Amino acid sequence: MSQAKPYRVSHLDALEAESIFVMREVMAEFERPVLLFSGGKDSIVMLRLAEKAFAPARVPFPVMHVDTGHNFPEVLDYRDARVGELGLNLVVASVQEAIDSGLVRELPDGTRNRIQTPVLLAAVEKYRFDALFGGARRDEEKARAKERMFSFRDEFGQWDPKNQRPELWSLYNGRHHPGESIRVFPLSNWTELDVWHYIAKEEIALPSIYYAHDREVVERDGMFYAVNEFIVPRDGETVQTRRVRYRTVGDASQTAAVLSDADTVEKVIDEVAATRITERGATRGDDKVSEAAMEDRKREGYF
Amino acid sequence: MSQAVLETEAAAARNMDLLRFATAGSVDDGKSTLIGRLLYDTKTIFADQLEAVEAASASRGDEYTNLALLTDGLRAEREQGITIDVAYRYFATPRRKFIIADTPGHIQYTRNMVTGASTADLALILVDARKGLVEQSRRHAFLTSLLRVPHLVLCVNKMDLVGWDKDVYDRIADEFTSFAAKLDITDLTIIPISALEGDNIASRSEKSPWYEGPSLLHHLEHVHIASDRNLVDVRFPVQYVIRPQSTTVTDYRGYAGQVASGVLKPGDDVMVLPSGMTSKIAAIDTADGPVDEAFPPMSVTVRLTDEIDISRGDLICRPHNAPAVAQDIEAMICWMDETAPLRVGGKYTIKHTTRTARTVVRGLQYKLDVNTLHRDEDAGQLGLNEIGRVKLRTTVPLLADEYRRNRTTGGFILIDESTNRTVGAGMIIEAG
Ligand SMILES: Nc1nc2c(ncn2[C@@H]2O[C@H](COP(=O)(O)OP(=O)(O)OP(=O)(O)O)[C@@H](O)[C@H]2O)c(=O)[nH]1
Repeated sequence: MSQAKPYRVSHLDALEAESIFVMREVMAEFERPVLLFSGGKDSIVMLRLAEKAFAPARVPFPVMHVDTGHNFPEVLDYRDARVGELGLNLVVASVQEAIDSGLVRELPDGTRNRIQTPVLLAAVEKYRFDALFGGARRDEEKARAKERMFSFRDEFGQWDPKNQRPELWSLYNGRHHPGESIRVFPLSNWTELDVWHYIAKEEIALPSIYYAHDREVVERDGMFYAVNEFIVPRDGETVQTRRVRYRTVGDASQTAAVLSDADTVEKVIDEVAATRITERGATRGDDKVSEAAMEDRKREGYF
Repeated sequence: MSQAVLETEAAAARNMDLLRFATAGSVDDGKSTLIGRLLYDTKTIFADQLEAVEAASASRGDEYTNLALLTDGLRAEREQGITIDVAYRYFATPRRKFIIADTPGHIQYTRNMVTGASTADLALILVDARKGLVEQSRRHAFLTSLLRVPHLVLCVNKMDLVGWDKDVYDRIADEFTSFAAKLDITDLTIIPISALEGDNIASRSEKSPWYEGPSLLHHLEHVHIASDRNLVDVRFPVQYVIRPQSTTVTDYRGYAGQVASGVLKPGDDVMVLPSGMTSKIAAIDTADGPVDEAFPPMSVTVRLTDEIDISRGDLICRPHNAPAVAQDIEAMICWMDETAPLRVGGKYTIKHTTRTARTVVRGLQYKLDVNTLHRDEDAGQLGLNEIGRVKLRTTVPLLADEYRRNRTTGGFILIDESTNRTVGAGMIIEAG
């Protein structure tokens, strides 16, 4: 903790202290918390905060990956390395298995973002998780600006914006009946830039795809998609090698890269500070559909 | 932006501090426009968000880009054209990061203002220059003082519509200042602005040569908040006990929590409540290593030299400066539940710091009219958004201070035992 002036607390220290407080509250008040880990930068920061909140003890809850089957290999490798290093218990909720067993049906367009939700909810029921840490931030999207730190979900995992609890001071109400659960968002008050500054300050390693690298891509709807087993060039699209990086890591079949030369964390910070497009607007085909897309997905039980 | 500017920004960014503020205004005073303006002037709005707002403005037939649409979040609200819940917004300048709790000001939403104000360092109240102070402006000022928000800013908006008339501003400023004097408001700043045209927001406007104070953003960046914290009374509510089950770390027993107030140092004599046992601080740990002192709002882990039985809900303080250990509490309550009123005899769960207990309402001394400050001593109950003074009795003692002295150890919430909803917010006046 830097102390230029006595008792000074920087905004990153204040955000970290708040997130750690929230994680400890959950650990103290819930029976079966779990941390949702996608391998994206927000969940990586969240896991780092969990590590710090309970040190020198181990992170006292498992992590869960809702695996769409559409992964970037770099991200899966990262996940497994981190889980091993921290000695964590990893739960994988597999969308592919859910399709195979008939729990959900593959959508005609092959995208799996929407069908993740029932898979997540089934895992919550199976393991009886009562608190789920998610890495969502309020600055990401308008429908999130009113999200609580502790977001109440009914026994169907659904979010009702009219039925959320007021949050005063740092008194979080996590009470719930059996079957109900709480989604907890320790990064609520962080912005994309805060996350990057924290990654720099803490020297947190990230999957390599977050930094600029050369990749074969096709341009589609003004966005650059990596050519891989999920994205096959369509007629009229030309495969080109461009220097790109990812701003978010989601379903590999729907997440686009941005053109970038930022190959270090400092350069990424400069780039983010100067960028004029939100990270979801820049890289998520799935949120573009309608202004209310996120709100609808949240109601159904999505994060 | 040039590379040089970016580099200084990146360096400064790690040294910014954090200011939380709540905004309140009555319908159409221009609160959404002001917030949109702040986001716009600090370059927080992204091109795709602006495009979406431009498109939405055009389809509504607005003549100009309606910055207010930037902040209208949920569909129900967009359809009704009003905001109905607290929304949080973020922006930063090279000096500070800001968190706005945007609280809609309609009559029925006292609940929202109380929620937003509970964590705010500063409250920003808007009035329309043409209308002057209205009932709701007084209510917002009262809630600011009730929640002990240390700084208050009154923005007299829409000055463009009164021709930047100094007399109009002076009249509103005088009236508000004398009203605020009756409340417990310590720091008041009044700024004439036009949210729509951006005057006196990011920089001082030429249209108000008679105004000598700061622009709104300058004030937000410079208002001194470091000494708002209570650094005198050591209060460390224990959240969680850390005991590694490991072969490499043995015999570790640390008390995790966030410093509510005061400064803790290794070697300090401490007392643990409610037991009253005393010990010394052996070390203050963080994941980055031990620290020499801990102060608010740090989250740390405290170890003591003696093995005493301490659990969640206990509190570490100094032997000669302790909170009350009390089961009888007098407090102001803001009622937040639309389904049932607070009644004398009602039983609730109470959450105070890291302690949870049950409580019964022993008496309702009065209900307060937040517009006139009149006390109604015959009120039998408190309905949604009503505020009153109550006596509570708790099943186990709370470790409590007066709210005016300590916002963390003086505040609590009430929870309905069957629905689990948060139904009340309380500020302790007396614990004994
Ligand atoms: N002329 C002028 N008009 C303004 C100014 N600020 C806001 N307005 C207009 O006043 C109207 C109401 O502004 P909003 O920002 O939507 O009001 P609000 O207080 O946020 O209202 P709600 O959020 O719906 O409660 C809009 O038509 C604005 O364009 C100003 O400084 N000057």
